[in-house]
Amino acid sequence: MIRGRVLAIADGIAVIRGERSDARVPAEPSWRPGDLVAGRAQVVPFTGGDYPAPSTEVARLPRPRLQALQARARALATLREVFAARDFLEVETPLLVPAPGLEIHLDALRAADGYLITSPEYQMKRLLAAGFERIYQVCKCFRGNEHGPHHATEFTMVEWYRGFAELDAIIDDTEHLVAAVVRALGGGHHARVAGRTIDVTPPWPRITVREAMRTHAGITVTGDESAPDLAAAVRAAGIECEATAAWDDAFFAAWLARVEPALAALDRPIIVEDWPAPLAALARRRPDDPRVAFRCEAYIGGLELANGFGELTDPVEQRARFESELAIRAARGRATPPLDEKLLAALAEGLPPSAGIALGFDRLVMLATGAASIDQVLTFTTSEL
Amino acid sequence: MYDTSDIRKGLKVLMDGNPYNVIEFQFVKPGKGAAFTRTKFKNLLTGAVVERNIRSGEKLEPANVDQREMQFLYKEAGDLVLMDQQSYEQVTISAELIGDAHDLMKDNLPVTVVFFNERPVDVTLPTFVFLEVTASEPGVRGDTSGNVQKPATVETGAQVSVPLFIRVGDTIKIDTRTHEYVERVNKT
Repeated sequence: MIRGRVLAIADGIAVIRGERSDARVPAEPSWRPGDLVAGRAQVVPFTGGDYPAPSTEVARLPRPRLQALQARARALATLREVFAARDFLEVETPLLVPAPGLEIHLDALRAADGYLITSPEYQMKRLLAAGFERIYQVCKCFRGNEHGPHHATEFTMVEWYRGFAELDAIIDDTEHLVAAVVRALGGGHHARVAGRTIDVTPPWPRITVREAMRTHAGITVTGDESAPDLAAAVRAAGIECEATAAWDDAFFAAWLARVEPALAALDRPIIVEDWPAPLAALARRRPDDPRVAFRCEAYIGGLELANGFGELTDPVEQRARFESELAIRAARGRATPPLDEKLLAALAEGLPPSAGIALGFDRLVMLATGAASIDQVLTFTTSEL
Repeated sequence: MYDTSDIRKGLKVLMDGNPYNVIEFQFVKPGKGAAFTRTKFKNLLTGAVVERNIRSGEKLEPANVDQREMQFLYKEAGDLVLMDQQSYEQVTISAELIGDAHDLMKDNLPVTVVFFNERPVDVTLPTFVFLEVTASEPGVRGDTSGNVQKPATVETGAQVSVPLFIRVGDTIKIDTRTHEYVERVNKT
């Protein structure tokens, strides 16, 4: 039975928006555009005047959005199957916490007496310390002042950890998870970005940050050079950058101008490994070269999909990094929320060697459906609330 | 002063002594890096377009521009002729300088003209204009796609996508910022 809203009637044919598709059927004489109909009956006659009227905005999600929401649900079901098959436990940690992530370029939003999480990392690591070996979570995260084609202040993160494991195992999970979701959403082996298709069959090619910067920007990055030296190298490569730029700003000037466009042009995903120590965040440094850390980023068609770490488990270094981040935040006039002492205590009690990754679920749905903007795969955008 | 959260299309700022209009912007934030807004500005005097990355926290100086309500009279050899309704003073501005919005301008349309140092540099249309459809394919039949839109031409010559029930002679409301159809307007 046809059920849905009458979008238009022309020449005796009605276009009806149903849950899964739009149907064209002979119009009953009593039907008017805007009516909700089931079979031949008018269930809810439209009383808002000429349809579509501005007052109907809330009831008229465009067809592509309805399809995107069905894609989200399928993606979610698929990823739960992948994690179950790999023997992961699904967990839920609080979204409202007293001590949020301290990463320098993230703004945690205040809520009640605490903050909304920017990622569930700290609490998930406490679960690793408590003895769980394979855990995953799908949850909302919140990052203030982020809104763009690939960013929403409130977004959905998939985050997972393996205790007693290396980053390679996490990369393998990522590759198979993405391939399974793309397949489940009807893309076969191909993600879609800006009208192009990208073959996501595992395993994915890899490149180190140093190789990528050397090949695509002609810049040598060691990870222990001073900020002025790096800025000078970036300027010498003909890239706009202030001579006094901070280390990370000089790095990203070159990365965004030369490396990201080159990675975006590839017809395969790519794993970018061995990030320089100044960008290590919560990653452990490589024992064989402490100027770089066990951190990886998965890029597909230029979209940064996931960020993984061989986790830092040393409580002394973790405290030192937190304090250094807080000092930089204070110097730049940014908020300085409290340190998560319970996480530090858990590290002190002992975290197994672990690896973990955070993957943007909305971006994964974008890649699997070919959406150009995150707004196209969100249930409601900010402007619709 | 403006900061990055104020950046939107049409924002007028002063950079190196020149007035600029924001024509495009995109939020960019690399993982673990600082956020910025990649912004395209059009020089209001020359029409030249420059791109700059405005970092979160950076400030932009507002351009000291005058805005006057005027009436659009007619188009002449690529220029728009406008008139101040109080003083009857007429000004001309190159249609090129104001981008693609000029194809939604009907004679006598009230608009806002932006002046920098007494020189007209930009024209802002009302958010919505009401225009009559002069050409469009009729009907639904045979169309089996799920997309319930068809092209239509309005009296100023602009092309707009409209729902299938729109016919030649209908007056429609168009959003001048996006060139998109909003709704059909009941004839009075």
